[in-house]
Amino acid sequence: MTELSPAIGDQRIALVDLLDRVLAGGVVIAGEVTLSIAEVDLVTVSLRALVTSVSALAENQDDR
Amino acid sequence: MAAESRCVWLYAVTDDVAVPAADELTGVGAGVVRPLRAAGLAAIVGDVERREFGEAALRRNLEDLGWLERTARAHHAVIEAVGTRGPAVPMRLATVYNSDAGVLTMLRDRAPDFRAALSRLAACCEWGVKAYAAPAGPPEDPEGPAGRPGTAYLRQRRAQLTSRTNARQEATAGAQVVHAELSGLSVSARLYPPQAPGLSGQAAPMVLNAAYLVAKERAGEFAAAVDGLTRRHRSMRLGLTGPWPAYSFVGGPDADGAQR
Repeated sequence: MTELSPAIGDQRIALVDLLDRVLAGGVVIAGEVTLSIAEVDLVTVSLRALVTSVSALAENQDDR
Repeated sequence: MAAESRCVWLYAVTDDVAVPAADELTGVGAGVVRPLRAAGLAAIVGDVERREFGEAALRRNLEDLGWLERTARAHHAVIEAVGTRGPAVPMRLATVYNSDAGVLTMLRDRAPDFRAALSRLAACCEWGVKAYAAPAGPPEDPEGPAGRPGTAYLRQRRAQLTSRTNARQEATAGAQVVHAELSGLSVSARLYPPQAPGLSGQAAPMVLNAAYLVAKERAGEFAAAVDGLTRRHRSMRLGLTGPWPAYSFVGGPDADGAQR
């Protein structure tokens, strides 16, 4: 079974799918303000928040 | 030119035909979205408060999941809206300038790159495909439940683990077949790291997290291929998302269309 999730104007887009794209995709230009942020790994910085928020859930589920 | 207390958030670059009306959209930080034109292109920007989107604030806020989600969705919504009017080259989240002048200089300097990207993306959409290992069936216990409880438990647990490992290996092999077939229908493909089970919202391990740049006229064929693969590979569950703005095909050398 294929699950189809329309991306257009749709709040059902999974945040994690969106973050894959807006943090790891897109044209990378060092904006003047974000010059040094572009040097650190934006994905790592931002996904830390996501990982922290789900880690409790993951610990409960993950008996592998 | 933005005032000192503000800075300029960059969403996307388009040809200047695809520009949305000035008051049509609310962007990141509830800012008005507007175009900056140069070299036959338009940078779609919005003014944001420096106290929230300046460098120090951004570093802090990017680790706040609520803020990150609001910002990512607002960024995406503007890019989608621009994309409905014509090809758009999306910027990575948090590309921020001090002033319009900085954006315009960048736009002029990189105009040939943007034009090349816009013409490459004009007739394409991005689709996302994720594959999960299908849950393993219940392990067989040849001795039945009559054996000694401890031994039975250990045997059952071992069978369970073996069955999970096999299922995962089978799904991983299946993922390679899926990726090869879908790449063949695409202009370009990009692999993302599989999402951790906690992040994906699925207990089953993810074995494929890929993006494909597909010609618009082949979108139906692509979706049908995903369906066909789903039927042929029982070891996996496939999920299709999209169409997306071409986030995954405007970035670094691994996404420049020369990959295949």
